[in-house]
Amino acid sequence: MPLLTHPLLRRSALGRTLSGLALALALTGPASAQGVLRIGMTASDIPLTTGQADNGGEGMRFTGYTVYDALINWDLSRADKASELTPGLATSWSIDPADKTRWTFKLRPGVTFHDGSAFDANAVVWNLDKLLKSDSPQFDPRQSAQGRTRIPAVATYKVVDPMTVEIVTKTPDATFPYQLAWILMSSPANWEKQGKSWDAVAKAPSGTGPWKVTGFVPRERLELAPNKEYWDKGRVPKLDKMVLVPLPEANARVAALRSGQVDWIEAPAPDAVPSLKAAGFALVTNLYPHNWTWHLSRAEGSPWNDVRVRKAANLAIDREGLKEFLGGLATPAEGFLTPGHPWFGKPTFKLSYDPEAAKKLLKEAGYGPSKPISTKVLISASGSGQMQPLPMNEFIQQNLAEVGIKVDYEVVEWNTLINIWRAGSKSDSARGGTAMNYSYLIQDPFTAFIRHAQCNLAPPNGTNWGYYCDPAMDKLFDEVRATFEPKDQVAVLQKIHEKFVDDALFLMVTHDVNPRAMSKKVQGFVQAQSWFQDFSPITMAK
Amino acid sequence: MILFILKRIGYAAPVALGVSLVCFLLVHLAPGDPLSAILPVDATAEMQAQMRSAYGFDKPLPVQYGLWLWKILHGDLGTSIATGRPVLSEVGRAVGNSLILASMATLIGFTFGTFFGFVAGYARDSWLDRVASAIAVFGVSVPHYWLGIVLVIIFSATLGWLPPTGAGPQGSGNWFPDLEHLRYILLPAITMSVIPMGVISRTVRALVGDILHQDFVQALRAKGLSEFGVFRHVVKNAAPTAIAIMGLQLGYLLGGSILIETVFAWPGTGFLLNAAIFQRDLPLLQGTILVLAMFFVTLNLLVDVVQTALDPRIERA
Repeated sequence: MPLLTHPLLRRSALGRTLSGLALALALTGPASAQGVLRIGMTASDIPLTTGQADNGGEGMRFTGYTVYDALINWDLSRADKASELTPGLATSWSIDPADKTRWTFKLRPGVTFHDGSAFDANAVVWNLDKLLKSDSPQFDPRQSAQGRTRIPAVATYKVVDPMTVEIVTKTPDATFPYQLAWILMSSPANWEKQGKSWDAVAKAPSGTGPWKVTGFVPRERLELAPNKEYWDKGRVPKLDKMVLVPLPEANARVAALRSGQVDWIEAPAPDAVPSLKAAGFALVTNLYPHNWTWHLSRAEGSPWNDVRVRKAANLAIDREGLKEFLGGLATPAEGFLTPGHPWFGKPTFKLSYDPEAAKKLLKEAGYGPSKPISTKVLISASGSGQMQPLPMNEFIQQNLAEVGIKVDYEVVEWNTLINIWRAGSKSDSARGGTAMNYSYLIQDPFTAFIRHAQCNLAPPNGTNWGYYCDPAMDKLFDEVRATFEPKDQVAVLQKIHEKFVDDALFLMVTHDVNPRAMSKKVQGFVQAQSWFQDFSPITMAK
Repeated sequence: MILFILKRIGYAAPVALGVSLVCFLLVHLAPGDPLSAILPVDATAEMQAQMRSAYGFDKPLPVQYGLWLWKILHGDLGTSIATGRPVLSEVGRAVGNSLILASMATLIGFTFGTFFGFVAGYARDSWLDRVASAIAVFGVSVPHYWLGIVLVIIFSATLGWLPPTGAGPQGSGNWFPDLEHLRYILLPAITMSVIPMGVISRTVRALVGDILHQDFVQALRAKGLSEFGVFRHVVKNAAPTAIAIMGLQLGYLLGGSILIETVFAWPGTGFLLNAAIFQRDLPLLQGTILVLAMFFVTLNLLVDVVQTALDPRIERA
């Protein structure tokens, strides 16, 4: 029986008072206007709004690709296949056949920033200076920190004519369009208008994207309204408004959703999922370019230098069991990339659960019950994209122990783990660890493959943490950079992925499924297989 | 008196300096890289060095402390690494929000604490005393973040009466104690008030119990004074100790609560500290802790001055 209709309370003065108060409180609740979507983010603050968002993939999702465009955007309209590049503020791009470092970008005519100023070639060069030219007036260290590492190939750039830009890369690099998809265009006129202050721009940003910022309360909320003049008429948002609320605490997000304070939450706590489903909320998941893996050290003395050991470990993992352990919120790895990815190819090494085959391989490698492998692995207790690292690693530890690989964990704080990852497995900070549990964004050829495995990207030059070096792999990387025909490029990327899997370069475990929970009122959302999402087609049911 | 105040301010100065040194050094002892919040994970060593230099983290600690102190003396708490916003404005806004929450929690905690204390004190060893004492013990011993979660489950998630997070329908800007904003503050304020309520309730109960057994109360009753008249005398005698306890509790409340503000996403100093800790935002962390510490130093100074004004024997001592 509901508390306030209990006969005792109905009859009493206290009951009447409580009922009256409850009614008053209920009536004064915030009425959700039709067409307003309120989202609870996991970030503890509004991600940077000046152009190059911070807060990783979530920042680019909510304040990057909403307010801004890149020359080349991601097509986020499909849920059934991995997202691909699509023309953004550039309508086309071409490479000089005589000099494959010289790229020409034809810009989209008639595009204006939210402040009404025109987008043109000068704006592109101004934005590249904003990130790369530290003595330019508009140089912004904060945006540079986010954007500069995304475009390592850029050597020079210039205006050819008002609607044409030329960018020269340091070496021929066919993966350059993927790099440019990270670089978002802010309005030079708005920066002038805001007194040439990026802090002022943060409160009143101006891009060319489908959403305009209409309200900004630091650490509390960001309000976005549709840009009715958006150049892609098919992507003009259908909602009246979108409100982003930072709710870093997982239980607070769930409570906010259940109470109707928000309509959508990112990353609900896994143990809250059954109750959310039971309460009628929709749980939306999909594959996306995320990888939860062990990065193996190839430094001298590492047991992982033997391919038989690497394969044995991969065969020892009960991935389906792990998925069940995670309440179904995971996709078991079939390779380094997500299953069905266009670059997946046809690896011959299958990531099955076969402890007997694993034991056999270890025996061939000279290990056995009398001589087990004993090694140390670095893991975190929590962190971005880390899912549930402690219980998941305990699960793996048990799997590996069953075939004769004894693992000791050294648990470090997530930011410390990132610093160890930057420093490399040979550094003292790695504390003798021969592997590290890391979660990767595997969005483009560089982030998916090259940064992990190119010989000259070993620390301190890059983040090839394990010091892996194989001339055959480097040759494939050279090939992908020199292959400008998209179809042929995909074929090379497939060969690279096949080598990643067939050589068992990583302990390939699982992929996250990017869960988000939402009210049934949220309609029209298509969860792209990407870290980023398109909010334009969404409507709110009455 | 003026000389005494000046002397107290003189004593407060080295305390403030010591507090600033502790604030500065403590956050540097914590593990983690302060630039991790703004650098992409695959930032090159060159870029890390550049940023380290830009933020002055490449300088020796004493130099960093000197520069930081110099800026503070000029009213500049620095700039947040994570947000790029001035620390002073971040802390100022958060302190304002924490004060609002603390005021509400004070109102609830002190009112109910005093009420339950008097009820238990007057009805000692009766069932009323046991109920009021049980509530007080519950208030003192229950983990308040747990209570916050339970209140959210009942009043927000299940009944849907009150919003579980935030400071207002449009955020904390233009906060005004109207019904709409009170809906947002009620749950965090109740959660925050349970400890002071319990402490005050137990203190008042003990005081009232003792006072009621004193001879002068019997004398008052023997004189034929009404029970309300006796009650007034009890209040007057219990007040000094109760107020001293309330003062201490007020100080704790004004300091904010990381756990409660995080559970309710209340944008106060606790929420700010939590974000600053997780983002390794050293300037924000140092600035927030310093402002809170200075707040207590000033509060102590004020208490000393007020006590002396009320009781001149302290000045002579």
